[in-house]
Amino acid sequence: MTDYILLRHRDIPDIGQLDVYREHGGFNSFKKAVTSMDRTEVTEIVKASGLRGRGGAGFPTGLKWSFMDDNNWPHYVVANADESEPGTFKDREIMEGNPLQFLEGVMIAAYAVDAHTAYIYLRGEYWHIGDLLDEKLAELRKAGLLGEGLFGTDYALDLHTHLGAGAYICGEETALLESLEGKRGFPRLRPPFPPSYGLYGKPTVVNNVETLANVPLILKNGAQWYQDLGTEDTAGVKVFSLSGRVKKPGNYEMRFGSTLRELIYERGGGILDDAEIKAIMPAGASSSVLKATDDVLDTPVDHASMRALGSDLGSGSIIVLDETVSMDWVIKKTINFFNHESCGKCTPCREGNHWMKYLTESIHAGALDDGKVNLLYEVASNMQGKCLCALGEFSTMAVKTSIDRFPDDFKVEE
Amino acid sequence: MSKQVTLTIDDQEVTVEEGTVIVDAAKSIGINIPVFCYHPKMEPVGMCRMCLVEVGRPVRDRETGEFMRDDEGNIKVEFGKNLETACTVPICEGMVVRGMTEKVKRGREAILEFFLTSHPLDCPICDKGGECSLQELSLHHGLGVSRFPYTKKMHLEKHVPLGDLITLDQERCIQCGRCIRFQKNIVDDPVLEFYHRSRHTEIVSCSNPKFDSYWSGNTTDICPVGALTTNDFRFEARIWEMDQSPSICSHCPVGCNLTIDHRREPKSGRREIQRVMPRQNEWVNEIWICDKGRFAHHFTVDENRLTHPLVRSGDGSLRPATWEKALDRAVEGLRAADGELLTLVGGRLANEDLFHLRYLNDGLGGQVALYSTMAGGDLVAQVGLGKGSNLGDLGEGDAILIAASDLEEEAPLWWLRVKAASERGAALIVANPRKTKTDRYANHQIRYAYGEESETVMDLLGGEGEAARAFAEADNAIVFFGSEGLDYARSRVLAQACANLLIKTGHVGRANNGLVGVWPRANTQGAWDMGFRPHQSLPEVLDGKKALYIAAADPVGDGLVEDISDLFVVVQELFLTETAQQADVVFPAKAVTEKAGTFTSGERRVQRFEPVVPARGDVLEDFAIASKVGELLGLEMPNGSAAAVMEQIAKQNPDYADVTLSGLREVKEQWPIIVPKDYAYIGTAYKNTSGLGMQLSPFSERAKVNPGEASLGRQMPEADLVAVPVTRLYDQGSMIRDLDVLQPRLLDPQVFLSPQDAERKGVQEGEMVDFDLGGRTYRLKLSLQDDIPAGTALVPRSLGVPLEGPAGVDISPAGEDR
Repeated sequence: MTDYILLRHRDIPDIGQLDVYREHGGFNSFKKAVTSMDRTEVTEIVKASGLRGRGGAGFPTGLKWSFMDDNNWPHYVVANADESEPGTFKDREIMEGNPLQFLEGVMIAAYAVDAHTAYIYLRGEYWHIGDLLDEKLAELRKAGLLGEGLFGTDYALDLHTHLGAGAYICGEETALLESLEGKRGFPRLRPPFPPSYGLYGKPTVVNNVETLANVPLILKNGAQWYQDLGTEDTAGVKVFSLSGRVKKPGNYEMRFGSTLRELIYERGGGILDDAEIKAIMPAGASSSVLKATDDVLDTPVDHASMRALGSDLGSGSIIVLDETVSMDWVIKKTINFFNHESCGKCTPCREGNHWMKYLTESIHAGALDDGKVNLLYEVASNMQGKCLCALGEFSTMAVKTSIDRFPDDFKVEE
Repeated sequence: MSKQVTLTIDDQEVTVEEGTVIVDAAKSIGINIPVFCYHPKMEPVGMCRMCLVEVGRPVRDRETGEFMRDDEGNIKVEFGKNLETACTVPICEGMVVRGMTEKVKRGREAILEFFLTSHPLDCPICDKGGECSLQELSLHHGLGVSRFPYTKKMHLEKHVPLGDLITLDQERCIQCGRCIRFQKNIVDDPVLEFYHRSRHTEIVSCSNPKFDSYWSGNTTDICPVGALTTNDFRFEARIWEMDQSPSICSHCPVGCNLTIDHRREPKSGRREIQRVMPRQNEWVNEIWICDKGRFAHHFTVDENRLTHPLVRSGDGSLRPATWEKALDRAVEGLRAADGELLTLVGGRLANEDLFHLRYLNDGLGGQVALYSTMAGGDLVAQVGLGKGSNLGDLGEGDAILIAASDLEEEAPLWWLRVKAASERGAALIVANPRKTKTDRYANHQIRYAYGEESETVMDLLGGEGEAARAFAEADNAIVFFGSEGLDYARSRVLAQACANLLIKTGHVGRANNGLVGVWPRANTQGAWDMGFRPHQSLPEVLDGKKALYIAAADPVGDGLVEDISDLFVVVQELFLTETAQQADVVFPAKAVTEKAGTFTSGERRVQRFEPVVPARGDVLEDFAIASKVGELLGLEMPNGSAAAVMEQIAKQNPDYADVTLSGLREVKEQWPIIVPKDYAYIGTAYKNTSGLGMQLSPFSERAKVNPGEASLGRQMPEADLVAVPVTRLYDQGSMIRDLDVLQPRLLDPQVFLSPQDAERKGVQEGEMVDFDLGGRTYRLKLSLQDDIPAGTALVPRSLGVPLEGPAGVDISPAGEDR
């Protein structure tokens, strides 16, 4: 491949070095934006490109930027680098391999919403990336790409990194903002959304790392170029984190519209031991589990098509399960995770996951009587639509879809 | 007036102010939406998810903005897919809320079932049993069965000392965060926090000492379960065993309304106080009380209470006597004094007591004195708060000046109310020689040197500064003057300066304007109103007197007079004070909880308290004692019922003209509404059914009041170190010093210095020092504080050092022995 857009370090080994990145056109987009483009023009191009958020919700990025409240200042940009969905490891590779393109994306976003300060919130385990980014930021300041009076204009910008303390919930944008403010990582009520009430109560754009990494090339090549890369529903390319029972797990950058079969069999080398594929979790632990039928495998992937199949694309962490895996074990694992990570703020999530943990464990341990499975299903249903943030809702997805779509895994073997 | 919005809740239409939450809108038409984390006094957080309802919003035409209508002309309403929390969803015109549908019922069942998976169900031994939100809501909205195996419940620590006064049961906690939010947002002592996450989430105290706050007891009222309990009431009584009596707090001039729970003790058969609870009065204490008011009631059953009269016998000792004998002795001595009498009273007495003592004194031709170093009660009567004032009304455009007062220490509830007014936008001017907690909310901080308080206030008059302008231009303005660093003479001038400021800026004679004295006692203002005045020097006024009649004052114990043995002394008291020990006759008096009467608060609100429990021993009300003495002396005393006495007070003091017993007992609908048994909404604060009291009308509402002379002509003492008296809530006053429950929080006898002065004097934090005052040495603990001005030592009142006002002192490392 020589046409990487995000994982360009695979083509250009030293693109993480400032001089190499600049040789390949690095920071030209930022310079172009600051010196020759109106802020709204930048936002309009991103809007027109069809770029959608890569953190999971798939919200149109340019639209989000345009929601910033211009009657309330200052504005902030926050890069969500808390990448904590089980099975997701794409942002890590982008930041490790192609950090400057990501940083340039943050800088362009900051310019577009007239922010003079931007933060990169990294999960605590990414401390080494924090160190790397700090190094890069120091170089950028030295090179005059960050600081006061950029490119001779009156625009000033600085970026800061911030490490989380190991909570999944801090990937939720409002909990992230609380944590960044130095408070406990509790999600806020929404609305108001960050573009009207964000960091320190000020208008804030929160974007995922991968989302932002797309921006420099969109500005360079134009909105139409990016539109043309994807599907009508979802433009551009996506880094899929492939894991589970596949021969070659890893990150794969593919255009939207590629199929899961392409990803799993062509790129990922197929199933371990050439076993039969059973299920796909397209959004990590938060997934509605898909039965890996031919229909599913041959569906061109984008947000709409995944929803149509009864799942969600999420952040594109594709976990593949084969015939050796039983779904009661899978949900025991996911619930163990969610129970551990529930922030404790709202009742259904805090108590529901605690309950589901007990149920999934006893079901997996062999208590496969109908009562427990039905109760588990009801507990999950009782949680749905009642939680304060998406974490609680997500925790129920795999449980309900596993019971619905793989009933045999929850029956006593005859 | 802000915009009104009309919505429909369970088929009833209701119109409320924009910004009201659905829960409150529903409450106003008698619909109780179940809640745990929501509390009408706090910002909603939507955590517990109990208040789920179906919310429908009218559909508007995108082009015209008009409501869309169906074929029959009804407005189209769209309901969301999910249930929504009624405590957080902003209301809108035409909204339709359904709280009784099957979907809602199921939702509430689900949430309650989730709560009960963890809750221990130890109601039979839980203090909250009987007034528990979780019990009530489970009964009305719960599933009735448990599908979570009882044996799998998580077990957590059940006796966690969250602080000296509060115990946490972690199992019972439902993580609603009300206590945390109360401490953060209502009283600004952010000493509680969540710790850990998921099902391991727990409440912890993060201060040292733990739960360091004067307000901790309130968290047990608003705790929706039995997770937070006071050490005082924990495991003491069941809710349904207790009876309730209305009372008024007697510890400071705020006059918090109380409901006192008491029961007949099975063993002794005696009726005893179990706990003191806030009674709602949105004009006074809302639904809160401070910890002193909540826990200090134990002084009423202190074993050292006087239980029978004492008379000095031939051998010089005080011996128990019958009332008859003691009264005869008092009458004899008072007659012999032939009018050379001083009647000295303290501010804990009720108006009725004071009125009778005044009658007695006047009948004997004596002189009266109020035992206080604070002046200005006469000025408060002239330019005090206008009738109908409510600190809760103050906000944008109004101003409050706090002069020479550490408000939270002197009158805690006022601090809380002033803070809230500041948050609503009132300009808060804080003038004090050192930083206090009030400074956190000050828009204008004025620091002056001790001794310059009146000049500082007068500088605000016609001053060009921002503070002066903010005060002068305010729609409404209130001045609180306290006693920080003041003696009587300084207090007199400060009060006049404050009165002048109010008069000259036109902030008198109407509601929400005027002067408030931050008095040392609950009824100091009442004593002024009943005609008692402090005197600059007690020894001076005693000169030439033959008899001294003292009620509720201990000048000997406070070191203000040393020897009164050459006078004929009658004392009415609760305890055998040092003054009482020198008396010829000691009459045992009833405590506030044992009698009826009225107090007049610093806001000049007359409030009535009722007897709560019978007194122990052979004791009488102060007024009854005075009355008996008077009758035996052949005087015509104002006898009769409380109502009759109030009538006579009203006749003699025009300010009290409108005050009637029935008026004092009047109640009005208050917001937030308290509905019996709906503990979830408000907590366990009691509804006020026994009277809100009556605010007096100051003289300035009836006639013009002129400013007075406000100059001191007196300098601060010339000394290398000047000690000034300050007030602290947890002192060693006679009502709290022996209380077990508050013991860990009480101040040791101590003096506060700046680190610089400590270094200069060669003394260190925490060590004992010798404090030389007027030729006497006191051994005190030394505490350092950064914000104390150089050359100044702070000495809290009521810690055993007789410091009436600023005085030159010396401090040295503690010597070998005194």
